[in-house]
Parts: sequence; structure tokens; C-alpha cells
Amino acid sequence: MSISEIDRQWTTRIRRRVEGKLPPEKLLPDTQPVYVSSWIYVFGVATLSALGIVIATGCILAIRGPQWWHGSPYGHFINSLHLWSVEIFFFTMVVHLWGKFAMAAWRGGRALTWMTGVVTFLASIATAFTGYVSQTNFDSQWISTQAKDGINATGAGSIFNVLNTGQMLMWHIVLLPLAAVVLTALHVILVRIKGVVPPFEEVTE
Amino acid sequence: MAFFLSLAALIPLDNPGHYIHWHFLDLSVANLIVVILMVCTFIAALLLPFPGRSRRKENR
Ligand code: HEM
Repeated sequence: MSISEIDRQWTTRIRRRVEGKLPPEKLLPDTQPVYVSSWIYVFGVATLSALGIVIATGCILAIRGPQWWHGSPYGHFINSLHLWSVEIFFFTMVVHLWGKFAMAAWRGGRALTWMTGVVTFLASIATAFTGYVSQTNFDSQWISTQAKDGINATGAGSIFNVLNTGQMLMWHIVLLPLAAVVLTALHVILVRIKGVVPPFEEVTE
Repeated sequence: MAFFLSLAALIPLDNPGHYIHWHFLDLSVANLIVVILMVCTFIAALLLPFPGRSRRKENR
């Protein structure tokens, strides 16, 4: 195989692009600029940690199933951990996004970072809503019968039926978490590629 | 277990929630508390000194 043929291989091209854009010292940096030593920068990682606990507790719920999470003390406990880590996830995500909004963190070619954040937020809300209707209790029955008219009015009801417990559970534990995790990974990789946005005064000098 | 149950009994959760009505806005008190906590956390995150910051400045 000639050199130019090797150059044209997709594996070679992707490797070179990744090496150029995201060398290891950018992916896992050892220091950050001084302005990053503020509590407001902690909330991205706090959101990430909460998401990790949401996924871990969700996996335990999936292993044992609804009878267990409704009917045993340990099941109640893991169910509560799942709910409360979701509460912390949204709480820290909102503080994170307020912070990024206040610093206009989309400056300097970081628009895609902001936009992946926005779409992750939307995917997370959809995940939470399908979670509410996947509880398999009277609460989820009530919520889904309240939701159906709104969803049907949009036309989405023809393929997305909130009264279909099986379908909602699949969206909640397969499709939407997958979307949220992939989007989060993209978001964090973009932050690493671009580096943390400098404060206003640093740019205008 | 009994301890936690009696602790939980301190907060009555078995009755209809309280809501605040303001023009077109209907907001549960629980959600309002969460929003207020988020605003407080945001302000605290901006104002509270981050540990280790002053040490690093001395070294510069
Ligand atoms: C699953 C939800 C999210 C996770 C896990 C997450 C995680 C992170 C992390 C770890 C960082 C770097 C550290 C930091 O500055 O805090 C970051 C930066 C950023 N996030 Fe998020 N984020 C999420 C949602 C959002 C949302 C909803 C928005 C806005 C709509 C957003 C906008 C940004 C922006 C613009 C930056 C870049 C900041 C800079 O360059 O200085 N993120 N995110």
C-alpha cells in the first residue's frame, strides 16, 4: 500500500483529526486558568456526577423490576435515590446554565457547546416525563391520562402513546437516556476541545 | 425504619399540594421553594470564595 493510499484511509484521517483537535493534554488537562477557580465552574461536573448516579440507580431498578421497587424497603430506597439524584441533576444543570448564560459562554466558537447543552436539557426533560409515566402506580396513570390530550393535540400521539406503559418504559430506559448520555459526552468533549471561555475583560484588551 | 417513618410523619405529604396563583401563572409551593433555592445557590456560587484561590494568587 502506498503512502498516499494510507493517507486516504478513513482510520488514518479520523486519527489525525482527533490528534490535532483533542491531544491527550487537552482531553485530560492538569491545570486550568485562574478564573476557573470559582464555585460556578463546579456545576457542570456536579451535573455530570448526578447523571452518573441516576444511571447507576436506574440500572439497579432495571435489574429487579417494578414489584421490587414498589414492594421492598431496599427497592424503595434505590427508587428514592433515583428520584433524588434526578432532582439534583436538574437543580445543578439549571444553575450551570444560568452561569454559562451570564458569562455568555458561547463566545469564541463555542456555539455548538451551548447548543448541545440546550438539546441535552430538552432530552433530559423528555426522559424525566417518560419516567413519571413509567412508575406503574396510580401517579403514573394520572399523569399519563392528563398528558394524552396535549400530546395527541400535537399529532405526535399517532406514534408516541403516553398510555402505552411498555412504549414509555422503552423510551425512558433505552432511547432517551442513550440520547442524553451521547449528547452529554459530545458536550464535554466540545468543552475540552475549545478550552474554558475567558472572562469578558480578558478578550476585550 | 420506625425512626424514619416517624421523621417522615413530621411533613404531611398525604394532602393536596399548595399552589400560588399569579395572573396566568400557577406554581406549586414546592416548586417555588426549589426555584428560590436555585437562585440562592447561584448567588452563593458567585460570591463565596473558592478554596485554594488565594494560595494560588500568592504563588504568582
Ligand atoms: C447533562 C447536562 C449537562 C452536563 C453534564 C454539562 C457538563 C458540563 C461540563 C462538565 C462543563 C465544563 C465545566 C464547567 O464549566 O462547568 C460544561 C461547560 C459548558 N456547558 Fe454544560 N452541561 C450540561 C448542560 C448544559 C446546558 C443545559 C447548557 C446551556 C444551555 C450548557 C452550556 C455549557 C457551556 C456553554 C459550557 C462551556 C463553558 C466554557 O467554555 O467556559 N451545559 N458543561
